[in-house]
Amino acid sequence: MYLYSLTLQRATGMICAINGNFSGGKSQEIVVARGKILDLVRPDDNGKLQTLLSVEIFGAIRSLAQFRLTGAQKDYIVVGSDSGRIVVLEYNKEKNCFDKIHQETFGKSGCRRIVPGQYLAIDPKGRAVMIGACEKQKLVYVLNRDTAARLTISSPLEAHKSHNVTYSICGIDCGFDNPIFASIELDYSEADQDPTGQAANEAQKHLTFYELDLGLNHVSRKWSEQVDNGANMLVTVPGGGDGPSGVLVCAENFVIYKNQGHPEVRAVIPRRTDLPAERGVLVVSAATHKQKSMFFFLLQTEYGDIFKVTLDHENDRVKELKIKYFDTIPVTSSLCVLKSGFLFAASEFGNHALYQFQAIGDDPDVEASSATLMETEEGFQPVYFQPRKLKNLVRIDQVESLMPIMDMKIINLFEEETPQIFSLCGRGPRSSLRILRPGLAISEMAVSQLPGVPSAVWTVKKNVNDEFDAYIVVSFANATLVLSIGETVEEVSDSGFLDTTPSLAVSLIGDDSLMQVHPSGIRHIREDGRINEWRTPGKRTIVKVGSNRLQVVIALSGGELIYFEVDITGQLMEVEKHEMSGDVACLDIAPVPEGRQRSRFLAVGSYDNTIRILSLDPDDCMQILSLQSVSSPPESLLFLEVQASVGGEDGADHPANLFLNAGLQNGVLFRTVVDMVTGQLSDARSRFLGLRAPKLFSIVVRGRRAMLSLSSRPWLGYIHQGHFLLTPLSYETLEYAASFSSDQCAEGVVAVAGDALRVFTIERLGESFNETTIPLRYTPRKFVLQPKRKLLVVIESDQGAFTAEERESAKKMCFEAAGMGGNANTEQMENGGDDEDGNDPLSDEQYGYPKAESEKWVSCIRVLDPRTGETTCLLELQNNEAAFSICTVNFHGKEHGTLLAVGTAKGLQFWPKRSLDAGYIHIYKFKEDGRSLELLHKTQVEGVPLALCQFQGRLLAGIGSVLRLYDLGVKRLLRKCENKLFPNTITSIHTYRDRIYVGDIQESFHYCKYRRDENQLYIFADDTVPRWLAAAQHVDFDTMAGADKFGNIYFVRLPQDVSDEIEEDPTGGKIKWEQGKLNGAPNKVEEIVQFHVGDVVTCVQKASLIPGGGEGIIYGTVMGSLGALLPFTSRDDVDFFSHLEMHMRQEYPPLCGRDHMAYRSSYFPVKDVIDGDLCEQFPTLPMDLQRKIADELDRTPAEIMKKLEEIRNKII
Amino acid sequence: MQASDRFNINSQLEHLQAKYVGTGHADLNRFEWAVNIQRDSYASYIGHYPMLAYFALAENESIGRERYNFMQKMLLPCGLPPEREDD
Repeated sequence: MYLYSLTLQRATGMICAINGNFSGGKSQEIVVARGKILDLVRPDDNGKLQTLLSVEIFGAIRSLAQFRLTGAQKDYIVVGSDSGRIVVLEYNKEKNCFDKIHQETFGKSGCRRIVPGQYLAIDPKGRAVMIGACEKQKLVYVLNRDTAARLTISSPLEAHKSHNVTYSICGIDCGFDNPIFASIELDYSEADQDPTGQAANEAQKHLTFYELDLGLNHVSRKWSEQVDNGANMLVTVPGGGDGPSGVLVCAENFVIYKNQGHPEVRAVIPRRTDLPAERGVLVVSAATHKQKSMFFFLLQTEYGDIFKVTLDHENDRVKELKIKYFDTIPVTSSLCVLKSGFLFAASEFGNHALYQFQAIGDDPDVEASSATLMETEEGFQPVYFQPRKLKNLVRIDQVESLMPIMDMKIINLFEEETPQIFSLCGRGPRSSLRILRPGLAISEMAVSQLPGVPSAVWTVKKNVNDEFDAYIVVSFANATLVLSIGETVEEVSDSGFLDTTPSLAVSLIGDDSLMQVHPSGIRHIREDGRINEWRTPGKRTIVKVGSNRLQVVIALSGGELIYFEVDITGQLMEVEKHEMSGDVACLDIAPVPEGRQRSRFLAVGSYDNTIRILSLDPDDCMQILSLQSVSSPPESLLFLEVQASVGGEDGADHPANLFLNAGLQNGVLFRTVVDMVTGQLSDARSRFLGLRAPKLFSIVVRGRRAMLSLSSRPWLGYIHQGHFLLTPLSYETLEYAASFSSDQCAEGVVAVAGDALRVFTIERLGESFNETTIPLRYTPRKFVLQPKRKLLVVIESDQGAFTAEERESAKKMCFEAAGMGGNANTEQMENGGDDEDGNDPLSDEQYGYPKAESEKWVSCIRVLDPRTGETTCLLELQNNEAAFSICTVNFHGKEHGTLLAVGTAKGLQFWPKRSLDAGYIHIYKFKEDGRSLELLHKTQVEGVPLALCQFQGRLLAGIGSVLRLYDLGVKRLLRKCENKLFPNTITSIHTYRDRIYVGDIQESFHYCKYRRDENQLYIFADDTVPRWLAAAQHVDFDTMAGADKFGNIYFVRLPQDVSDEIEEDPTGGKIKWEQGKLNGAPNKVEEIVQFHVGDVVTCVQKASLIPGGGEGIIYGTVMGSLGALLPFTSRDDVDFFSHLEMHMRQEYPPLCGRDHMAYRSSYFPVKDVIDGDLCEQFPTLPMDLQRKIADELDRTPAEIMKKLEEIRNKII
Repeated sequence: MQASDRFNINSQLEHLQAKYVGTGHADLNRFEWAVNIQRDSYASYIGHYPMLAYFALAENESIGRERYNFMQKMLLPCGLPPEREDD
């Protein structure tokens, strides 16, 4: 079995973000690392974040930094990754790509302890960069310019110190003196040698300054001093005239200013009043804002509170360090303060946000200061504060993030054309159930009812140079309605259009006149109001029209074509007639090419299943140039011209191309390339779009022509980063559409459906899913489908949180204390977490739940109707119980029908040792049509039941290392059979026929069998590799798919002969089992597929995302990405793609210096999986490289692109 | 390899041990071995952000706190070293 791996949704979480001017010029950009993806994001004028570029680098990005050479206008990007290399990138605005300027190798690849890459620090003047490892190694590279002003990088200078753990590094701003880097270090060498533990107790963190002597080209330890033992992060303080220089050391509970030759200035970080005393306050992200006259720091704590830190200084002496509570936003991994007055917050979990500064917290009252620091016998006196509503920031945009995906199911619950993906995302109060549908999201601008049922709609400009459309023209069965577009849209009668007849086409003709084609003629409305009518000869009527700005072709009933052109005076002149053999089904003329008089091609579709290309040139007018037969009569035709491009905003190089699209009556979209000279058709591809014949319309998307295709659902065909993408829109069925441009909406679509006129815009191009979000209360763990009622049952649990009642009373108290009269908002607080953060002063979503002691758990079981998003039943578990597993079960011979089993643990603790008070299995009965639950009974067990599954009318439970079979009793579950021979902890159980597939947390899969006659469970096969299982899925009788926590996906299969032997053996291999082999089962499964995803896969499912498509494996990851593994169906495809992959590896090595093959084989050698993400980078290659690879494969670049498109279309 | 280097194999090994932290030697005891493994593991968890996020989810802590905790555990990953038998 060979698989094609393709990422469907790129990671949505963010690891780190930096801001700067990467494209030169004035605009501020943000570079974001999302694990293995590097993105360039820019807030546009409306404050919406736009992704300009997104590159998969096939490696793990660990740190980012930006620097600017003195006097330069542009920032460079330094990337620390797992490649053992330092990489300097520059954003190339013209080609819209990152150019690799330098790549210097310094060590082995992989995230290792002593190989640098974890930390990056930059000299603020851009003269040097330091790259550090967790332990020992730090390297300094000198950055300079050569005579041609190109960036140069030196060989590395070492600043190593063995037996030293590094917590953080940063550059010191010391003007143009020698560059200095600071680091927090901890020496462990003595602690390792001292069995009494005294050395470990005395181990002290040090702040060390490393000076780079630019004259001697040497790095030396300049200064080292003890620092608070809770220190974890350094922040550069501006210097060299702008400030006192030195560093801010962020430590647990403190912020300390330090510099060489300066006494330390310390202030405590204020604590939330409800924080348990055992917990410290740690700063997790920081940002600096620097203006000419002032600077300040924003430090965010692990609870989400942002503090503004300012320094009172006189020259180089810092007199006071002040900490002021600023605002509270969800915990971030990076904060970026943009010069344009925005704060970009890259959240750890959940959606990211862009905030605008309303104020900068200038009030003189500060919570904590170095001047008011109180030291007592028990240490420093803590300072308290109460979080409040946002005061200085206002949120203006959000970037959706699925991180982390905890569980996922793909089902067509809503009976739509394609299945929906139900995913449990997020953590704590920001958790949600997200329903993902393949397709683009649209935003509806207006819906208005019309007097009848319209058949068609057009928009038309009055002049070719106008920016916006002037009229919307709607045609009914026997009338035409004209609406003028202004401040409002209203009906007009002075437009010159004939309103007593239906229309066939309305468009701008020449430079400034309008044309209306109706069944009995053509009405030509000149700019000065004169009207020319052309009438059809005899009683024949016009059936079809094709036109562009200078040419019109009409088809009369019976099959006659008449061709008109606009002459120099703006008059519409008949040029040629042509008799076709039968009625014409559809017509289209390509748009007039730039600088030409006319377009050369007319496409005519006939009912005899053919499409003909006719010439419109004067010398061979109406000659048939080519003929294409298709599978069904064409319904609609559209020429789509793709302009030549060399990179730029939309990506790759491609030559100008003309495509002919045809919507066929059987619902297929047929697409072929038209030779620009001869008119020959080649390179045909077709795709099934829906149950209705697609109608094709040309619209404008991001300033380029794109195609809207209306079948049983609407589709958009457009070019994105060099790929032609055909994506469904998440919208209802539309009848007819036209592009729409007005003052309020620059690039919209107007469409008719039923008796309504709809105006909408298409959002977030390039995304493959759009989502509907239903908020949840705690971190969701797992969910099951209640199949009969189509309800979902979700279990949610959180460690270290207070129960709902405790939270509510605490909140009430806090509001009373604040004198706010809390009764208004306590009610909406806990209605299942679905409160909007708008009117709620302290929404949990923004502020997080108050922290409790770590041994406290909260948990709930929720029954949810996904259609309405309504929670029909919510059971909070009591007595410190937390739910971890769930399944539905039908016990045989019992009257209850489908029951729900939930596995819980009471008082679970992971630290210092895993322990628990008790485990339980709850059995619930569905009531009120499954909408609510009633506890039947609960059974105490000795461990945490982490896996539950129905098996032959009984319940299988994995409790610690025991697999046990239960039957339903009246008061409790009854033990029937058990097997205690599993190595660690059972985390997953799947069953198929009489086989049971058990997944162990540390040791991969175990295949078991249950013998009813002897009432025995035994393991007949297991895996040879210790895999830390994070997700499992049953594939077929002999095969299991699994994912381990190191980011690998793998398939194991029981060899066919072993499988047969076990099935034929009357004892079922039991005798052999009793003997065992190598301390395990007698048979071993074989690994048949292996692939490193590079992200912890948390859920795996076998499913198909398109109707009638083959099944593949779909997975979701912690970083919020979705991917698919599709089995190849032919040997030819395997050969083709493995060769393409091989050439891509050779010709286009990954951006950040990691070897592709080594990356995909990080833990185990990659086996039988072809990386589609790498193959899909083919269109972004330069043209000559594309041709070179294509030649090697004996194909053309277009054929390769077609192959890539085809296989993608098989998946989504 | 030159003849003179052959006598030098021990010094080569020493060089490796100095350069690559965690390189073993013949007299490595169980504790030292475990300490190395643990430190390598923690460094790997810190380096692989998705894994750090996975731990943070399990413990319901922020990712920043989880990273700090792992760094702190680098000091004594396996508890106090055993008493040395003086020889």
